[in-house]
Amino acid sequence: MELTRREALLGVVSRCVPVAAALAVPAEAAEETPSQPKAPVGMLYDATLCIGCKACVVACAEANDLPRDVSLDGLHQAPEDLNAFTKNIIKLYKPTDNSPDSFVKQQCMHCLDPACVAACPFKALWKNDGNGLVAWEPSRCIGCRYCEIACPYHVPKFEWDRINPKIVKCELCRPRLAKGYEPACTSVCPTHAVIFGPREGLLTQAKDRIAQAPDKYFENRVYGEHEAGGTQVLYLSHVPFEDLGLPNLGPEPIPARLKWQKRVYKFLALPLLLYAGLAGLMKKNWIDHRKEMQEEGRRTGLRPQL
Amino acid sequence: MIWSGKPKPTVAAHLKRCGVPRRDFLQFCTQLMVAAPWGLAITEKATAAEVAREIGLARRPSVIWLHFQDCTGCSETLLRTSKPDLADLILHVISLDYHETLMAACGYQAEAALSQAVNNNAGKFVLVVEGSIPTRDQGIYMKLAGKPALNVLKDVASQAGAIIAIGSCASWGGIPSADPNPTGAVGVDEIIKNKPVVNLPGCPPNPYTLLGVVFQFARKGTLPELDDQHRPKFAYDRVIHDHCPRRAHFDAGRFVQQYGDEGHRHGWCLYKLGCKGPDTHAGCSTRHFNEIPDVWPIGIGAPCIGCTEKHLAFRVPLFQEVPIHAATPPDTYPPVHTATGTISAPGVAVVSLIGGALGGAAWVAARRFQSEEETAAIIKANLPSSPKDNPNTEGR
Repeated sequence: MELTRREALLGVVSRCVPVAAALAVPAEAAEETPSQPKAPVGMLYDATLCIGCKACVVACAEANDLPRDVSLDGLHQAPEDLNAFTKNIIKLYKPTDNSPDSFVKQQCMHCLDPACVAACPFKALWKNDGNGLVAWEPSRCIGCRYCEIACPYHVPKFEWDRINPKIVKCELCRPRLAKGYEPACTSVCPTHAVIFGPREGLLTQAKDRIAQAPDKYFENRVYGEHEAGGTQVLYLSHVPFEDLGLPNLGPEPIPARLKWQKRVYKFLALPLLLYAGLAGLMKKNWIDHRKEMQEEGRRTGLRPQL
Repeated sequence: MIWSGKPKPTVAAHLKRCGVPRRDFLQFCTQLMVAAPWGLAITEKATAAEVAREIGLARRPSVIWLHFQDCTGCSETLLRTSKPDLADLILHVISLDYHETLMAACGYQAEAALSQAVNNNAGKFVLVVEGSIPTRDQGIYMKLAGKPALNVLKDVASQAGAIIAIGSCASWGGIPSADPNPTGAVGVDEIIKNKPVVNLPGCPPNPYTLLGVVFQFARKGTLPELDDQHRPKFAYDRVIHDHCPRRAHFDAGRFVQQYGDEGHRHGWCLYKLGCKGPDTHAGCSTRHFNEIPDVWPIGIGAPCIGCTEKHLAFRVPLFQEVPIHAATPPDTYPPVHTATGTISAPGVAVVSLIGGALGGAAWVAARRFQSEEETAAIIKANLPSSPKDNPNTEGR
């Protein structure tokens, strides 16, 4: 018996779609609104105060016990971007014309409704109900990299050089917070360009700074107040936010833009279904083949062969 | 040489008797403070006058200085101050009771001097050892008054109050212990196991480090805090690289490529000439020699050879670079938007050509293979004339 392409596709679809629909429909019916953290903490980074000393980069690597990324010249800790060895980086925006330049600190934004948490199939990335930081649980991570693709800020990074690779991202110095210390980066900043505190307090302070110097800050607004549902790391800048690598995301949280997909991908349901369908198809073909083989054997009287 | 059975006078009394100006002594104390500022009890004072009072109260420490396989460079460093007064002063504040190259006596007289100095201050004197000790073949490669150096050291050390190994040779073997080490040269702490040995490696070490240790022992009877290689932390706790005046050039990536080039003339970083600063613990970058700023190897444009480190000096080739253990950020920044490569038109064309060629070749090759029907026809044509013998030749 010969299986046509049409039959194969139909077989897969007929097995997968009902289950997917069964999973998706209750998901839509019970579409929960994400719970907001009770007392979100965060950081406020003021690009006008940053002097680019990179004390935070060194402190971050030390506090998180990260190996130094010396891939550039073997001598300096000079990562090009956030990577498996770098959870925090200072970059330079330097326009070619004479318009003002600026440093920018990049680390996890700790979104109020994070895309990475929504994308993670096994809740390896999870948002703390209390202080709201987005943490990563190594024992649940399967290394699928969905978070890396989902994050609009390109924060989670994959350990490409490891045999059993995991995800690396800023967790706002979770162990230090547990001991009552502030994150390493804010604790060493010599100009207080990055400060740590409750999100509400930081937002008020940022707005105070804008009120005191009305023409100093770009569009007189705080980045992260509303962006993608709000982030717990807030930015003030004198240059356009997009030039600092902070995308214009709109007020809607990214997970809210997803409908049924979220539930379908939970626990890798859809890929697993797809594989199950393919396995079913293979089994059917195998049985058909054996039948055909036995028939042939009966007909010719020879021992059935493959 | 002065020795007697009476207790030594205090430093202050002796200086007064010799008519040494107080100004000189204060200047000396300031140098000591600068040279040994951290972790040394005797110099942890607010002013030089307080240090002078503290040192003045100490009885002049009796020092016995033994020379083994050495170059006398460590002795020279004690005497080569930028001002002759200071060298003179050093010999006033310590009581150097036996020193082979500085004393007038020789022969039997010198031997008598040693035994008298040892006996008069037994259990109290500071033994300073300069040079490594040969151990191969029962130590016959160096003898003093017919006795192997090994025995001399054991005899004198058994009576000593404190033992200081000055220089890299006495600390761990130094130059004489470099491959192939024909004399089996070792440092003092390889031989003296039952007493603490303070190592002051360096080629030579800063003389004020020695004075700091000697004064602390004379005044308090204690030794300063030591690291795992028995070096006083106050002088050997810092990495040269972290306090190097040329560090800015390292961070900016400005390296001397060869001696005398443009960068060398401009005082750039010597790392690529094999400078061992990043792996070397010593105070050289903060405490320069001869009381003159910038008088130390890197200051005059010569790479550090790592003389205070047992695993570096005379073991790692001079021009070999050392690994950077704790890399720090450079003086440069990555751009916000990292440039990512795009696919160029010529690239697409080349890949398409290769793909097309492979595809064409596959098609031609496929045509050359006979189809199943053709094969069956050929077999049928070549079969013997009675095909009925085996009906199963048909099909598969």
